Amino acid sequence: MSESVKQQVELLKNAAGREVPTVVNGREQVAYQGVGQHKPSGRKAAPTVCSNADFPKNGDKRVPDLETALRLCGLSDGMTISSHHHLREGDRVALPALQTAAKLGVKDLRWFPSASFPCHSPVIDLMEQGVVHHIEGSMNGPLGDYCSHGRMRGSGVLRSHGGRWQAIQDGEVHIDIAVIAAPTADPFGNANGSHGPSACGSIGFALADSIYADKVIVVTDNLVPFPCVPWQIQGNNVDYVVEVPSIGDPSKIVSGTTQITRSPDRLRIAEMVARFLKVTGIMRNGFSFQAGAGGIALAFVDYLRGYMRQAGVKARFVRGGSTKYLVEMLQEGLTDYILDGQTFDLDAVKSIASDPRHVPTSPFTSYNYHGKGNFASMVDAVILGATEVDVNFNGNVVTHSDGRLLHGIGGWQNCLFSGCTILALPSFRDRIPVIVDEVTTLTGPGELIDVIVTERGIAINPRRQDLLDAVKGSDLPVRPIEEIKQEVEQICGGKPAKPRLTDDPVAVVKWVDGTVLDTIWRTE
Amino acid sequence: MATTAEVSARVGEAGRQGKDVRSDLFVRFEPREGSLEIELKSRVSLYYGDNIRAQAKSVLASLGVFSGKLTIVDEGALPFVIGARIEAAVRRTGSGTGKRWLPEAMPRPEHSSKDRLRRSRLYLPGAEPKYFINAGLHHPDAIILDLEDSVHAAEKDSSRILVRNTLRAVDFGSAERMVRINQLPLGYQDLEEIVPEHPDLILIPKVEHPQQVLEVDRKISDLETREGIKQPIWLMPILESALGIENAFAIATASDRVCALTIGLEDYTADLGISRTRTGEETQFARSRVVNAAKAAGLQAIDSVFSDVADLDGLRSWGHQSRAMGFEGMGCIHPSQIQVIHEAYAPSQTEIEKAMKIVAAFEDAKARGLGVVSLGSKMIDPPVVNRAVKLVQRAKQMGLVPAEVTR
Repeated sequence: MSESVKQQVELLKNAAGREVPTVVNGREQVAYQGVGQHKPSGRKAAPTVCSNADFPKNGDKRVPDLETALRLCGLSDGMTISSHHHLREGDRVALPALQTAAKLGVKDLRWFPSASFPCHSPVIDLMEQGVVHHIEGSMNGPLGDYCSHGRMRGSGVLRSHGGRWQAIQDGEVHIDIAVIAAPTADPFGNANGSHGPSACGSIGFALADSIYADKVIVVTDNLVPFPCVPWQIQGNNVDYVVEVPSIGDPSKIVSGTTQITRSPDRLRIAEMVARFLKVTGIMRNGFSFQAGAGGIALAFVDYLRGYMRQAGVKARFVRGGSTKYLVEMLQEGLTDYILDGQTFDLDAVKSIASDPRHVPTSPFTSYNYHGKGNFASMVDAVILGATEVDVNFNGNVVTHSDGRLLHGIGGWQNCLFSGCTILALPSFRDRIPVIVDEVTTLTGPGELIDVIVTERGIAINPRRQDLLDAVKGSDLPVRPIEEIKQEVEQICGGKPAKPRLTDDPVAVVKWVDGTVLDTIWRTE
Repeated sequence: MATTAEVSARVGEAGRQGKDVRSDLFVRFEPREGSLEIELKSRVSLYYGDNIRAQAKSVLASLGVFSGKLTIVDEGALPFVIGARIEAAVRRTGSGTGKRWLPEAMPRPEHSSKDRLRRSRLYLPGAEPKYFINAGLHHPDAIILDLEDSVHAAEKDSSRILVRNTLRAVDFGSAERMVRINQLPLGYQDLEEIVPEHPDLILIPKVEHPQQVLEVDRKISDLETREGIKQPIWLMPILESALGIENAFAIATASDRVCALTIGLEDYTADLGISRTRTGEETQFARSRVVNAAKAAGLQAIDSVFSDVADLDGLRSWGHQSRAMGFEGMGCIHPSQIQVIHEAYAPSQTEIEKAMKIVAAFEDAKARGLGVVSLGSKMIDPPVVNRAVKLVQRAKQMGLVPAEVTR
């Protein structure tokens, strides 16, 4: 078990009945209290006051390299360094920044990425060397295993995209130095993600870091003379600009074209989700929806636009993760706008760079708990995945059913606030039932999850009588969730055995308001 | 990915393993004196490890095997597959002479009628268990568990056992359960294994003479008597050569079990030494011959498959043309083809409305004791009435006639 957790592990039961630690990484925690219950007061956090007199009059903030920039930022032991994940598996900025910190001899850093990818696995070496103390951000692959096995010195903290903004804004996480990879920037620090050889579309995940960090470094491989337009990141928040030969591998930043699934079962799920929106009347003129870039989600968009054409219906906006399929809808006139959180393929990157109706957004506008409203609750329907769901409609996205860390939360928790939250998933994977008695790790409360669509039928949350009424008389295969579960258990040859988990916490799952929703236990 | 082979008479192997293999398993059995040793590696061992071991013991006990070494590498297979692969590995060593282990039986659907809807029949390769479990969810009119062309010669025995377990354990919903057997004499072994699980229909491949149909008919009758099977088992001969086409009518009338004739165009065009095209002009004669022979015998005529899965438009126009020729359905090789085929073989709304008017006029004339049926100023001939009655009946089966107007 991790040392810092062991010394102070005290658990209590939260409002969801989950055992959660009262202190995480030395900081007092608030246990989950229920949806919309926890409302902290006080003033928002802020970076240190600065004066423009301290910055070059000609606006040129360039320094020769990352090492110089980090030194000038006053990098020291125990600091928090942040990065964004818009470059995904192609990122060549976050890891070099941490490796440079290692070269400078600092210890015990907290790395605060908006998400980590398998390309960041060498951070394990930095944790072994003591350079990085722990990671607060999504972990999967080798990093997930490292944390799951209790080898990280600190505790993992998993937050949603909106939750990350909340933690920055209410002071739970203070960023000392933000390192922002920018596909295009000017010497003043204005930056965007939509242009340049390493274009990735929106870079909205870095926006909070640029506003709230004490020091901000922009790293680019496409420096343009002032002004860099558009400037999603404002140079007025930036301390230093570093030019490098390459910030990432373009082939891994975005996929060429995202692919629709060919699996007949997944296509069937996608078709049923689209038909559900049609039958219930959620698909109507002026409606909105959000779906990701997974195989089922893409196929869903394809089916839905077919129904929209047939019915002559147009959406007011769709929320990205944007792909070729959403771009085609925009161009065909099936939606007025794409409000984009992240940009998944080349067609979408091209569109966001050239079409003013394809709008980059950030987790502040979309998801933030401390905002005066958020977009997520204004979306009519959202289609999400999950690793497990239970008979009370609670969902798990972060762990496998053996308790190992598998995925980050992403925007998943935030999206649950939409008018109709649909989980689209196969009813079993490799003989392992997906519908269970109780989820291994609670990531989303069942009261916010309205519909489960599997290849064996559609389960509607009994709390949504309106949806149950809306599907009456249709040919949709609507069934009680218990019935689907029993059928799957029969197919799989009985209930699966429950894997044994330890009682050593290695990470916590935060709810969107910053409270602790569940604990991830060390696996053996 | 390892393929199965009989390593020696002393060791039996069955099934597949590897990163890309799903819902299957690899089994190796080595008969030995003394104790029973089971070695298990499984993707799902945390959840079903004990379950798989217990099943393995019970399968071996049924087969009369109480010692030896059993190695299992499981890739998330379901119990009916696990049972089949263990049985195949054991039988390949020549041991396992006891009773067969059979998975728990699903409640069976109603037996199928001779002239039921057969618009779509979904082919499922008999060696690929991952496609079985959800096939019925796509609502084809029939599924075909194939033991013939899609199964490698070395896998015939193992697939036969798997198909037997599948017929017993997998719920295909309302789909008719068909099996395509191998040509005789290999087909006899297929029938021995699968008839006790009463499939609804047997497809006989490469039929050229009525005798081939009769031989299958006799074998089924013997097995029916032995197993006490009451429900009918239909036959669908597949004509796949020039000679088969010439003998179409004799084949169609060879047995009362024959409910439909179908044609295999890949083999047929190969036999003629010509290429198959997207639109199929080169097979017009053969297909018309099949339709005519089937109708002359009072049977259904069923078309071949359309092999380009991605070309749904090509499939749609093939289906429309096929229906116009007199075919009532065709094969499919991917679930995405099912809906397109159902639409293509459906009568149009205009056709249905016209037919319903004719049927109504006929009923009216009958009620009034009139010998002549007329609609408006037109007299309707009896064959036209018959066709209309049939069309309305089919449209009802397809769910195309609203309930309030069905009689």
